[in-house]
Amino acid sequence: MAWVIVLGVLVLLLLLAIYTYNTLVTKRVRCRGAWSQIDVQLKRRYDLIPNLVETVKGYASHEKETLERVIQARNQAIAAQGVAKQAEAENMLSGALRQLFALSEAYPNLKANENFAQLQEELTSTENRISFARQHYNDVTAGYNTACQTFPNNLLAGMFGFKLEEFFELEEPEMREAPKVKF
Amino acid sequence: MAGETYHDQIARNKRNSILLIGVFMVLFAGLGLLIGMVWGGGSSRFGIIVAVAAGALAFVLTLLSYYAGPAALLAMSQAHELKREQDPQLFNVVEELCLAGGLPMPRIYIIDDTAMNAFATGRDPRHAAVAITTGLRTRLNRDELQGVMAHELSHVRHYDILYATLMAVMVGVLVMLCDVFLRSMWYGGSRRRSSRGRDQGGGALQIVLLVIALVLAIVAPILAKIIHMALSRQREYLADAGSVELTRNPSGLASALAKLSGDTEVLEVANRATAPLYIIHPIKKFEARATSIFSTHPPIEDRIKRLMALMQ
Repeated sequence: MAWVIVLGVLVLLLLLAIYTYNTLVTKRVRCRGAWSQIDVQLKRRYDLIPNLVETVKGYASHEKETLERVIQARNQAIAAQGVAKQAEAENMLSGALRQLFALSEAYPNLKANENFAQLQEELTSTENRISFARQHYNDVTAGYNTACQTFPNNLLAGMFGFKLEEFFELEEPEMREAPKVKF
Repeated sequence: MAGETYHDQIARNKRNSILLIGVFMVLFAGLGLLIGMVWGGGSSRFGIIVAVAAGALAFVLTLLSYYAGPAALLAMSQAHELKREQDPQLFNVVEELCLAGGLPMPRIYIIDDTAMNAFATGRDPRHAAVAITTGLRTRLNRDELQGVMAHELSHVRHYDILYATLMAVMVGVLVMLCDVFLRSMWYGGSRRRSSRGRDQGGGALQIVLLVIALVLAIVAPILAKIIHMALSRQREYLADAGSVELTRNPSGLASALAKLSGDTEVLEVANRATAPLYIIHPIKKFEARATSIFSTHPPIEDRIKRLMALMQ
């Protein structure tokens, strides 16, 4: 009789372990998917920039310096190695683009250009996509890390080598945390 | 944890949807039993037959509203699907938000109406649609549009769309059936009176049943509506909170709501069944007495106040 109970408990423990393992794998896959989504959006921005520069050139050719800074920042961002270096280069690129759009205010013809308006919308959208993709990565990472560290998951996580994922550092620290909403 | 609240909300919506289907079937069967007994002159056998038929009908209606409800609601609202080329900015805004929430892209519909409103429908995030009126689309800037779309996507993400769509179809059907019954009582009165001479005891029973049936027929739709409304007000607050969770920018939605509250136009394509789906009540006179228990939507000023509190 006793061995039936022992066997029952063992089977239950095994089922719990399988469930926990699968949950952790799912959450880790979600993290990695979210990370690769950031890269997709960054690539989208690199692709849009040459087009933008060409369009602006036609209307504001003597703003060479700003245009060159954008191109340089883009190339640096593409070439950057390592997470920290890349983040820095991306921030520079964002700054250069903001400057370019601020500059366009002084050229009514440029602002009226339909192609420019379209590019501006696409770039605004891309900037949003990048920050939203990062935000999502941090959200799912927080979920995964919590799952890894809470009991009894942490026992299994240690056994099967589930490592904590790193958060993406955002420019504005207050954006890192989801707002606490209590309605 | 912000994440926990929305997971709770999803679980609650799925549970409530199943509960709703159960209550709907029981209510249908119960009404069927009573109506059957009244129609059959107190015969319980006829009542049971009608009850089973009504229960089966409720089940078929549930399946129909699950699979075809969203399409029916969109068609009822005269919404037509948009393609990317027709409004790239709207598609960009929704795609961005889908990235933020890790959601699949919903279909986007437009309603040709100058009144300002928007709603979401579907059975799960994979089969979802968001609709916006041309009046609202043209009067919002990018940030406000983002806030409104994030509100609608939160309804999708929270599975409010499943519950609300089932609700809209079922309440509509229930109200309609009770109406049919009440009318049949009106016109069928003389036929029943003539059968009384044949069986005196049956006549007394019949009157009792008639009273119960009448009370039920009147109370059932009211009850359904109260449950419906109490639930959807909470949902609006949660969707506003979910919107901020996606955009991290309460001011966009707050300023959109301020614009919406200034709109006095009635949305002609909306009706009592579809009204709870919209971001603000489409029949504007309801907004004025929004504090009453019969309101499906909380007052806009209150929603803006809560959003402002998030900005500090």
